[in-house]
Amino acid sequence: MSPKVGVVTFPGSLDDRDALRAVRISGAEPIPLWHKDASLHGVDAVVLPGGFSYGDYLRAGAIARFSPVMTTIVEQARQGLPVLGICNGFQVLCEAHLLPGALARNSHLHFRNRDQRLRIEATNTSWTNGYSAGQEIVIPVKNGEGRYVADERTLDELEARGQIVARYLGSNPNGSLRDIAGISNEAGNVVGVMPHPEHAVEALTGPSTDGLVIFTSVLRKLVAA
Amino acid sequence: MSASQAPGHLAPVLDTVSAATNSPDVEQPYRELGLADDEYARVRDILGRRPTQTELAMYSIMWSEHCSYKSSKVHLRQFGEKAPKTDVLLVGMGENAGVVDVGDGMAVTFKVESHNHPSYIEPYQGAATGVGGIVRDILTMGARPIAVMDPLRFGAADHPDTKRVVNGVVAGIGGYGNCLGLPNIGGEVVFDSSYQGNPLVNALCVGVMPADRIQLSAAKGVGNIVVLLGATTGRAGLGGVSVLASASFEEGAEDARPTVQVGDPFTEKLLIESCLELFEQGLVVGIQDLGGAGLTCATTETAAAGRSGMRVELSTVPLREASMEPHEILASESQERMLAIVTPENLPKVLAIADKWGVLATAIGEVTDGDRLVITWHGDPVVDVPPRSLADEGPVYHRPMARPADQDELNSQHAERLPRPRTGAELKRTLLTMIASPNLCDKSWITEQYDRYVLGNTVLAQPEDAGVIRLSEESYRGIALSTDGNGRYTKLDPYAGAQLALAEAYRNVAVTGARPIAVTNCLNFGSPEDPEVMWQFAQATTGLAEACQTLRTPVTGGNVSFYNQTGDTAIHPTPVIGVLGVFDDVRQRTPMGLRNNGDVLFVLGTNSEELSGSEWASIMHNHLGGRPPRVDLAREEALANVLIAGAQESLIAAAHDLSGGGLAQALVESCLRYNVGARVRFNEDAFLALFAESTARALVAIRPADVKQFTKMCERFGVRSTRIGTVDTSSKALEIAGQFSVSLDELRAAFEGTLPALFN
Repeated sequence: MSPKVGVVTFPGSLDDRDALRAVRISGAEPIPLWHKDASLHGVDAVVLPGGFSYGDYLRAGAIARFSPVMTTIVEQARQGLPVLGICNGFQVLCEAHLLPGALARNSHLHFRNRDQRLRIEATNTSWTNGYSAGQEIVIPVKNGEGRYVADERTLDELEARGQIVARYLGSNPNGSLRDIAGISNEAGNVVGVMPHPEHAVEALTGPSTDGLVIFTSVLRKLVAA
Repeated sequence: MSASQAPGHLAPVLDTVSAATNSPDVEQPYRELGLADDEYARVRDILGRRPTQTELAMYSIMWSEHCSYKSSKVHLRQFGEKAPKTDVLLVGMGENAGVVDVGDGMAVTFKVESHNHPSYIEPYQGAATGVGGIVRDILTMGARPIAVMDPLRFGAADHPDTKRVVNGVVAGIGGYGNCLGLPNIGGEVVFDSSYQGNPLVNALCVGVMPADRIQLSAAKGVGNIVVLLGATTGRAGLGGVSVLASASFEEGAEDARPTVQVGDPFTEKLLIESCLELFEQGLVVGIQDLGGAGLTCATTETAAAGRSGMRVELSTVPLREASMEPHEILASESQERMLAIVTPENLPKVLAIADKWGVLATAIGEVTDGDRLVITWHGDPVVDVPPRSLADEGPVYHRPMARPADQDELNSQHAERLPRPRTGAELKRTLLTMIASPNLCDKSWITEQYDRYVLGNTVLAQPEDAGVIRLSEESYRGIALSTDGNGRYTKLDPYAGAQLALAEAYRNVAVTGARPIAVTNCLNFGSPEDPEVMWQFAQATTGLAEACQTLRTPVTGGNVSFYNQTGDTAIHPTPVIGVLGVFDDVRQRTPMGLRNNGDVLFVLGTNSEELSGSEWASIMHNHLGGRPPRVDLAREEALANVLIAGAQESLIAAAHDLSGGGLAQALVESCLRYNVGARVRFNEDAFLALFAESTARALVAIRPADVKQFTKMCERFGVRSTRIGTVDTSSKALEIAGQFSVSLDELRAAFEGTLPALFN
């Protein structure tokens, strides 16, 4: 039986179908999860997709973290459940304090959507173990509030503990500190990335299929466990 | 003056139907509301009394140019009368959007609409709510919206006000569309001083649904409940359609800012999901979006379409401001609202689904016997009208028309007489100047502000010739969409200009390998009260209708936007044409970028000395005169046949439409797409080969092994193919033999630097 990967739909989630598709293409069983339902329905891993949860009129992700489903996710993430936050999902993970730091408005103040080169910096997480260290990949970035910020000490700690998962190569699309595109928690089961791996899983619709490895990585982790 | 001082001359506080009957001589401000003397007289005649204040507001809105199409109707009829025979059209003009059968049990609906005036006054909100409005039109048909496009026209790029409008409009489109989760897959950006005080912000949306689940707007079934879904109703956009969209701009337009609506894409996203769930469960008898003219339009149109009566109690409408009066509630253009007709048995289910999505849903009335729309305010009737008199039986005008006095002179000033570059160095300078011009330069500064990936089915998006979307992950059936329009061509010859816009959109769709099947249009013109504008409009609609007939692509719907002028000066007449094409298998699409070393480059079609109205004449000489390029629809069709068959047989590695800027522009764009060079040689005059804008042409790249089969296919379809060179992946330069060579870096610097420098 293939592992089950849940994808949460908050009101205003947009890339939830895409995350479900990516899970399916990776070979796992995709399970839609609903924000009002605190049950995770026995999933083995969770993806918080991109979008504008609750309109993001306050601060991206600020309201979503209080939803019933997040209470369970926070609890289980602390016990090792693999959780991936993409874009808005990354913002939710920071708001929920599963990851340090915050995502601020892009330095140039515009929403920006482009095919972005990244370097994978950490391959010991649940979501990046299928990449080779230092591997360069191209996946789409699209956000208005994607500039990763944290205080200097936190950034130094992230560097020292190998929690920086990916960095932007070439031009930094949003002004993120230290070109950070994604980070993990210390245990490596919770990962947040600003670019969208779920939009690089098919040659027909993506700039590459480099994003698929994110989803096959968690499968590998789950099967190994 | 107060009512007590002058009894009989002022309406009482609440102007009810009985009050109107009892005070026939009250003077009413119909002229201020945009109604003519004879129109007001007709309202009195229809009602057999004076209208109430609320009824007067409703007639002024529904009989406005924007809602009634009173000046355009007689011309638009041609789209029906001259419609080609087709079996793909499931719903034609008249509904919110046309619906076409694309096979595999799927239907596609698409439409383009204008939001021009609001986008000048308040660019962010004007453009944002333009997206919201067209998305609701598509939703109303029962479809899931799957992509948007935005054809835009701004004033001169270097005019001090243009930056304000561009930044606001682009951020508004992105802010709304991105938050809705709809990929933006194409459109146009044109700068021309004729749009200085009157930008054109057109918005297209496309949606898909099961072919057997089309929703219509008719309110049928006596006793069925009228449910208002979505946002609360406020004083937003009061007078939007009657004042803003149906009159010309004058100085002091900023005073009209309160007439622009404010968008809330999050609410719209929830409204979309809840409506789709209602459709899926078959809970809706009829549905209509609330856009321009709000509840007035939605109640009268659903009742008229159902040939029913309707009773609505206005005090049940959830308001943002408790002090709103009945006529304000009916005229409000608050966004993100829909009106659904549901059976009483299904009402609890409908309310439950709305609640699941956090969408407000309120029963505000019911469908009644007879043919009166009766609207009450705390039980007192304030409206009692035949709905068809508002929705279908508005005034129809045969406006006077006159060929512009300066048309002959304009047509006599041929650009073919202008001085041309002679040497290779001059040609290179011309090329670099042209690709850096605001109209031909790279538009990614704009398109990067839009999400093109969301929903995961975008196969091609800007800067490709057409946006291409996969409809099915099983069958890979897909669609292509392109919009085009050329105000300069249309100014020179409105009949030909409309046909050229259609031909270009048709060609852009075919270049990707899709078969064009249907058309939508947004006709942007000046004031219909100006006989010269009306002549342009009549010429353009006739040209478009006849070309659609020839190309067998029916017009499925669209929008007319009049009064696009500042003072007495009208914009260039700008029909924007959208063409929808279908792929049996979207994996066969042809991209525009050159990629493989050694691929052979061909120009398909025939070039001639056609420079009038061209980008070259405009950019290098600031010249507009002469006759636009010749329209040849038979050649367009033959070219499309080659491009479609070539894609299906996988014979075409890359293809790019030739249009504004000619072959030079196409070569630059195809080389820069993947940073690949090309070597080109002409047997004809290099200047004309590079910059003339003859139609029915495309640039294609063919793998050497396929050249023989491809050229045979061209012969079979009667399309001339001229070999002009080869792709060279190592050279990193575009070389025109005997003339010049220019590095891709130099091309890129010229091509990409313009918009960031102007608008950052």
